[in-house]
Amino acid sequence: MTEPTVQTEQTQDEQPAFVRKVIDRFGADRVSMSVFRDNLRLIVPRELSYEVLRFLKEECGFDMLVDITAVDYLYYPKARDRFGVIWSLLNTATNERVFVKAFLNEPDLVVRSVFDLWKAADWLEREVYDMFGIRFAGHPNLRRILLPDEFTAFPLRKDYPLRGRGERHNFRRLTREQS
Amino acid sequence: MAQKDWLENVFLTRLNEAANWCRKYSFWPMPFATACCGIELMATAASRHDVARFGAEVFRFSPRQADLMIVAGRVVMKMLPVLQRIWLQMPEPKWCISMGACASSGGVFDTYSVVQGIDRFIPVDIYVPGCPPRPEQLIRAIIDLQERVQREGRVEGLERLRHRAGMSLPVIGQEVRQSMGN
Repeated sequence: MTEPTVQTEQTQDEQPAFVRKVIDRFGADRVSMSVFRDNLRLIVPRELSYEVLRFLKEECGFDMLVDITAVDYLYYPKARDRFGVIWSLLNTATNERVFVKAFLNEPDLVVRSVFDLWKAADWLEREVYDMFGIRFAGHPNLRRILLPDEFTAFPLRKDYPLRGRGERHNFRRLTREQS
Repeated sequence: MAQKDWLENVFLTRLNEAANWCRKYSFWPMPFATACCGIELMATAASRHDVARFGAEVFRFSPRQADLMIVAGRVVMKMLPVLQRIWLQMPEPKWCISMGACASSGGVFDTYSVVQGIDRFIPVDIYVPGCPPRPEQLIRAIIDLQERVQREGRVEGLERLRHRAGMSLPVIGQEVRQSMGN
């Protein structure tokens, strides 16, 4: 199992009901909870991410997928894992929010797609793939969304230089005579 | 007396001069507005600054009906093949104004995705500094371009230019895109 990257203060005494349900269902050794500035995070192993997210949707009422994003912890102090994938969920009936985090390491940068749970995951997962190179198994159309198809790098990785590797100057120049 | 009347009503000039005089007071701009400079471009065209006073008010969103491309805003590398294609679709004679810091140099966006000045990839006639430039600055650029057209515009079109340079047919957008092998 992958350990949580950053330990923060835990307030176990004020656990919402759905957190207890998730921990009862999947076990406290596999799912852990932390709170940072009112943001409630559930840290799950990568293999369990889809099951936890489906449980949150179907049993806990988290009907809206707000965002999927990722973090590169390459130069992060004391980080144990390279990448974190973060799902942000909202329960529109109770207005509860939760962040689900899973950690990944090279070369196995794959998590299961949640496209069949929320159609909103389509473009969000494509964006994470575009920027970080994290693949989503089961996504129906996993290709770049913001950058050109010809692009080969994943520019939000911390080892990618800000000014790129020459991609932005790699076009033909049109002169006055050619146009 | 009849001969004197006739002389008073004749105006002699060269064909180039007359054609350029017509051109410079009837620019048909193609607004390639991608960012906040586009707002200033709209303000320039609107009633307060009124670019119609300088004969350049007919903004066309089809490049085939335009002869002045105003690139207003940052251009990302994914957009660049589109920009080049639109430039190639404009009929000769045509001119280009690079409006604002981003179009001219990339501005503050010195990142992997933003083109560091459109003049690296298409010909530019007039640069307008500013972030964004005021409408007065864009009007100044149009006046400068009018002087330049009067001085350098040509009656003969693209065919002769290209024949002189020994060039083949212009590249099309697809080739431009394919040439970007990273």
